[in-house]
Amino acid sequence: MAELHLNGVRKVYAGGVEAIRGVDLEAEDGEFVVIVGPSGCGKSTLLRMVAGLERTSEGEIRIGERVVNDLEPAQRDIAMVFQNYALYPHMSVFRNMAYGLNNQGRPKEEILERVQRAARMLQLEGLLERKPRQLSGGQRQRVAMGRALVRDPKVFLFDEPLSNLDAKLRVQMRVEIKALQRGLGTTAMYVTHDQVEAMTLADRLVVMNGGVAEQIGRPLDIYQRPATRFVAGFIGSPSMNFLTAAVAADGRSLELPGELRVPLSARAGPTAGRQVTVGVRPEHLHLSPGSGPRLTLSVGLIELLGAETVVYGHPAGHEEAVTLRVQGVPEVTEGQDLELGLDPAHVHLFDARTGRSLSHPDDGGAV
Amino acid sequence: MQKRVGFDRWALPYLLVLPQLAVTLVFFIWPASEALWQSMLRQDPFGLSTEFVWFENFVELFHDPAYLHSFGRTIVFSASTTFLSMVVSLLMAVAADRVMRGANTYKTLLIWPYAVAPAIAGVLWWFIFNPSIGIVAYALSVLGVDWNHYNNGAQAMLLVVIAAAWKQISYNFIFFLAGLQAIPRSLIEAAAIDAAGPVKRFWTVVFPLLSPTTFFLLVINVVYSFFETFGIVHATTSGGPAAATEILVYKVYKDGFIGLDLGSSAAQSVILMAIVISLTVVQFRYIERRVAY
Ligand SMILES: Nc1ncnc2c1ncn2[C@@H]1O[C@H](COP(=O)(O)OP(=O)(O)OP(=O)(O)O)[C@@H](O)[C@H]1O
Ligand SMILES: [Mg+2]
Repeated sequence: MAELHLNGVRKVYAGGVEAIRGVDLEAEDGEFVVIVGPSGCGKSTLLRMVAGLERTSEGEIRIGERVVNDLEPAQRDIAMVFQNYALYPHMSVFRNMAYGLNNQGRPKEEILERVQRAARMLQLEGLLERKPRQLSGGQRQRVAMGRALVRDPKVFLFDEPLSNLDAKLRVQMRVEIKALQRGLGTTAMYVTHDQVEAMTLADRLVVMNGGVAEQIGRPLDIYQRPATRFVAGFIGSPSMNFLTAAVAADGRSLELPGELRVPLSARAGPTAGRQVTVGVRPEHLHLSPGSGPRLTLSVGLIELLGAETVVYGHPAGHEEAVTLRVQGVPEVTEGQDLELGLDPAHVHLFDARTGRSLSHPDDGGAV
Repeated sequence: MQKRVGFDRWALPYLLVLPQLAVTLVFFIWPASEALWQSMLRQDPFGLSTEFVWFENFVELFHDPAYLHSFGRTIVFSASTTFLSMVVSLLMAVAADRVMRGANTYKTLLIWPYAVAPAIAGVLWWFIFNPSIGIVAYALSVLGVDWNHYNNGAQAMLLVVIAAAWKQISYNFIFFLAGLQAIPRSLIEAAAIDAAGPVKRFWTVVFPLLSPTTFFLLVINVVYSFFETFGIVHATTSGGPAAATEILVYKVYKDGFIGLDLGSSAAQSVILMAIVISLTVVQFRYIERRVAY
């Protein structure tokens, strides 16, 4: 058990690809850190640097009190679960789990006891003599977890461990992973591009984009107070709606096309005439407009999900499409014009040029 | 409805396989049956009369100390050649796999020696080890080793083994390298995290996963050293000294074309044919069962 510190970490691959452009990250002992971001943003690279499978070009990685930059993976006291599980195909489940302990030269009885305990935790007891190819995808996943568990490492590393499972199993394993990690109290670093996994697993969420951590924080904070336009658009499903606007001459309100005006709170003080991006989450548009600003939407596609309904449409006078999410099954038909209410308290403002949040300028990580 | 694509006349498929059938017939079935027939005949020394003797040629062979000696030499030769070429090529493949993944020019360069005909390989080694002009023979004499494969049987065997193995190394290398590259990187990484050092990793993860390739190459190399090494022996030692390098294929040639004992020579080639067929069967059965893990 240990804290994890990343300090100004950079990675330049041979050939000049700068995959990580300076990441600072701290994880407390026992914390579950989730790294989320689009494909190619450097999530795996970052994880592999912590594992010691990639050299760190610059910066410092610390596990507990030790700087591990120059240590071999085996010396770092970490365990990793790979996306394709990476089980040794010629070894039985037992030998797969015992392999690491064997290599550490542990006594036979201890190995047996540890493997059996892990097998019990993961409901693998009846499968110990099987070869990996005789297991289902979910069972393989458990064996991969078991192999990490028995080592009792300082840090667990997961690289998209659930992405090869079907949707139902994924939910089940997600819950199990969280419970196991809680129970063991081991620090974990988990890479995913699934934002539900990210939101539900994380104690601390890192949203990455293009080799930088755009925002680091608690999942709900990130959801409610995204630091950049990218984070706002990436976290939340369906995605946040974005509309371009300009700050009115008086600096007190926003002018959007279609005669829409949104009052500005005093706190955010963008200068008059400045171009901004307005962000509103689909669930913050109401079908029953109150006294506040309104948006007229010409309804396009409607997705009925039962518990909720997602409506896609085009607001009058805007280029951008807008998504609306309402509870239950509203009476809406395609082609209809809808009056939507917009709650100014839930409006996010972003600098149109840099994408930085103007509503929550003091949040977020290093950009 | 989808239009069915097929042969509208029955003759076409036969026409298409005809060239292959003809080649097999002319270059394999015919000579093979000829050899089978010959192996049961015996001619008098002047070639005036021929007698059908059933399996007497075979019986005689297995009572002939020279033939049994040749068999022994072949086993020594084959085992050494296979072992040497496989170990060296595996070492090279592992080294290459470490430094490069996907650099293709290097791979193509390494298959070149394979393209060099075995006879040329033999001549090359003959020059290098020639007691009077060879560079290696000279270097060895400087080191105090008296190299003369013309009268030292062990040295002659060593020479043909090296020459035969050398030719096979590049072929094995390509297969080993392909086998190594087919092992998922994450397995090696998992082993590295599981505290296995490079040597341990090799023996407990890489080598077992390579076993299908190894077995395939084993059969290929044994077949090669049994049957395709005539050129090398002929150009390097001509079977000598004192039949120390007289392996089975070479003896077939020597008894048949120099000794002109056609019946015995044919019987010997039938035995060789039986060996290659059984090796092939072993290989096919194994490949059908696929991977052992
Ligand atoms: N070995 C390598 N050599 C050169 N560039 C690499 C190497 N591995 C990754 N990259 C590059 O580094 C960047 C980050 O890759 P990385 O694998 O970390 O992405 P990722 O966030 O894990 O993406 P995904 O979600 O698709 O797995 C990519 O642009 C990728 O092309
Ligand atoms: Mg990845």
